[in-house]
Amino acid sequence: MKFFIAPIEFSNVSVLNSITKDISVIFKDNVSLISLPLNTAAAYSRDRGQYFSTQLIADAMKLTPAYDGKVLMLVEFDLFVPVFTYVFGEAQLNGKHSIVSLCRLHEEFYSGKTNDKLLHERSLKEILHELGHNMGLIHCRNWNCVMHSSQGVEEIDIKGNFYCPECSGILSNNGYKDTFVKLTPDNDSLSKIIDSDHIT
Amino acid sequence: MKSKQSILIVDDEKIVRESLYHWFIEEGYNVDTAEDAEAALKIIEKGKYELMLVDMKMPGMSGLELLDKVKEIDKDTIFILITAFASVPTAIKALKNGAYDYITKPIDPDELAHIVEKAIHQKELRQENEQLKDNINEIIKPDNLIGESRQMLKIFDLINTVAQTDTTVMIRGESGTGKELVAKAIHINSKRKYFPIVTVNCGALAESLLESELFGHEKGAFTGAHYKRKGKFEMADGGTIFLDEIGTVSPKMQIELLRVIESKQFMRVGGNENIKSDFRVIAATNEPLENLLKEGKFREDLYYRLNVFTIFIPPLRERRDDIPILAYYFMNKFNAAMNRNIKNISNEAMDFLVNYSWPGNVRELENAIERALVVGRGDSIKIEDLPFHVTPNNRLDDEGDKSLESVEKRHIMNVLELNNWNISKSAEALQIDRVTLYNKINKYGFRKS
Repeated sequence: MKFFIAPIEFSNVSVLNSITKDISVIFKDNVSLISLPLNTAAAYSRDRGQYFSTQLIADAMKLTPAYDGKVLMLVEFDLFVPVFTYVFGEAQLNGKHSIVSLCRLHEEFYSGKTNDKLLHERSLKEILHELGHNMGLIHCRNWNCVMHSSQGVEEIDIKGNFYCPECSGILSNNGYKDTFVKLTPDNDSLSKIIDSDHIT
Repeated sequence: MKSKQSILIVDDEKIVRESLYHWFIEEGYNVDTAEDAEAALKIIEKGKYELMLVDMKMPGMSGLELLDKVKEIDKDTIFILITAFASVPTAIKALKNGAYDYITKPIDPDELAHIVEKAIHQKELRQENEQLKDNINEIIKPDNLIGESRQMLKIFDLINTVAQTDTTVMIRGESGTGKELVAKAIHINSKRKYFPIVTVNCGALAESLLESELFGHEKGAFTGAHYKRKGKFEMADGGTIFLDEIGTVSPKMQIELLRVIESKQFMRVGGNENIKSDFRVIAATNEPLENLLKEGKFREDLYYRLNVFTIFIPPLRERRDDIPILAYYFMNKFNAAMNRNIKNISNEAMDFLVNYSWPGNVRELENAIERALVVGRGDSIKIEDLPFHVTPNNRLDDEGDKSLESVEKRHIMNVLELNNWNISKSAEALQIDRVTLYNKINKYGFRKS
């Protein structure tokens, strides 16, 4: 299984590199950065000052038939779906496409203070979360699981940063057994990324 | 993973339906959508939904009108309205009509998640609460009140009938027939079941104590009244008061009782405050009250006040069909309590049980089976395991006077002599209280030889 990360109108190169590096470790180096010529203007709402995430996914679908795997768009602008005030991201359940916005993952958005480490952690969690939906996972009740729903940034901070054993089992049953690395204590590179609680 | 609760989204805007659909699917719910109220009603006919999320303004039937229809179909469905700020007053009206909550567009996902989760959690708690209440009813159902005889089926029918009303009930029957169990059965099948049933054994208390027991007392009302204490009538507020052995109440207390039963008001002993209490009265007696009336020992007005609906419980000897079922019921009960594994009752023992006169009625039978399980060996109850006072001398087919009074007289005398006239031990063996035993001794004119 290949994973394609498509930064859209993305400016923070250092964040992009660090996230891609960690995602590559988790998904066994099957991660590639791609460039998508996406016209975001059509998805922009002047009234709300936000971008309609479902529209962006629909537009991306037209540009990505050649990519055999999961395509995740990474953006820095704020996302919405019409009924909600905002969304952190959106994914096609059991599908190919997803999108994550870093806009509300920045600590500046809430406290005005920059915290790159926190941004990195939150971004990683939301990417794993949306890719989890792409691989057929729904929200999990386990707070230690990255698939726990997070309606506010506090809940992103509270929840775990990897798939819980139950969700890992579902991923295996869904045909993604060899897609991500096995969590073992001697995996040094992974233990730097993943909460030690998840390493068995 | 989240348990699969069903949600129906009703909104005329496709994009709203789709957004909410995907959002709830990711949350792990079963989700259906409808584009208007009419379509929603058709979907509801086919399946049950724990929660409905409905747009207030839709072409045709509004969300508010749909709410009324849904509540007629299933009043337990959680109804949440989606509204624009402009229609908030209408949404508030919807709350008064039974909607759980409303949420304004655009929806804060955090707010929606918490409202839905809270609503479903509350519904689950409510259902759990109802389930527990049902279980409690099962637990407190008077278990000894069993029987399949024609007489007992009629009693069950009477219990069901009278339980639905607030009528005063008089239960009559010999000692050990289960008068208190019938009273409890009436109570737990009535609308007062979530309030207490308070039992007062009128025969067990002296007049002065009975007054304080029934009406309570203020601190310092009499010597020893160190604290204010609620009486039984006050404790029975909302529930039932069961006045056992009503025939033993003194004439003075009869006047008090009549007044309290009629006015539902009383004062604590030593108090000057009128206390109101909403109770239902069930009385019981094993004495022929009509005789007491004739003798002037029981007030006519109280008699008629209590004797509105009477249930007669027949003695066990008049419903012998129930003896095997009762015997096996008690055998199983004590098997579990004593961790025994007695499997059956021998034919000879059962024949004996069925033919015995049972002056102590069901209580005596229970006692006999309990004893048989204590002393018995092997995997069945044999005739020699039955208690000392169940002897062939007590068989109905024996020679002598077979009247109830005569059998009771003989039985009480036997028990008294076996216990060397120890009143407490004899009363315990007979499973009656000491006052009743004294009354019987006086009635039959027994004297210690």
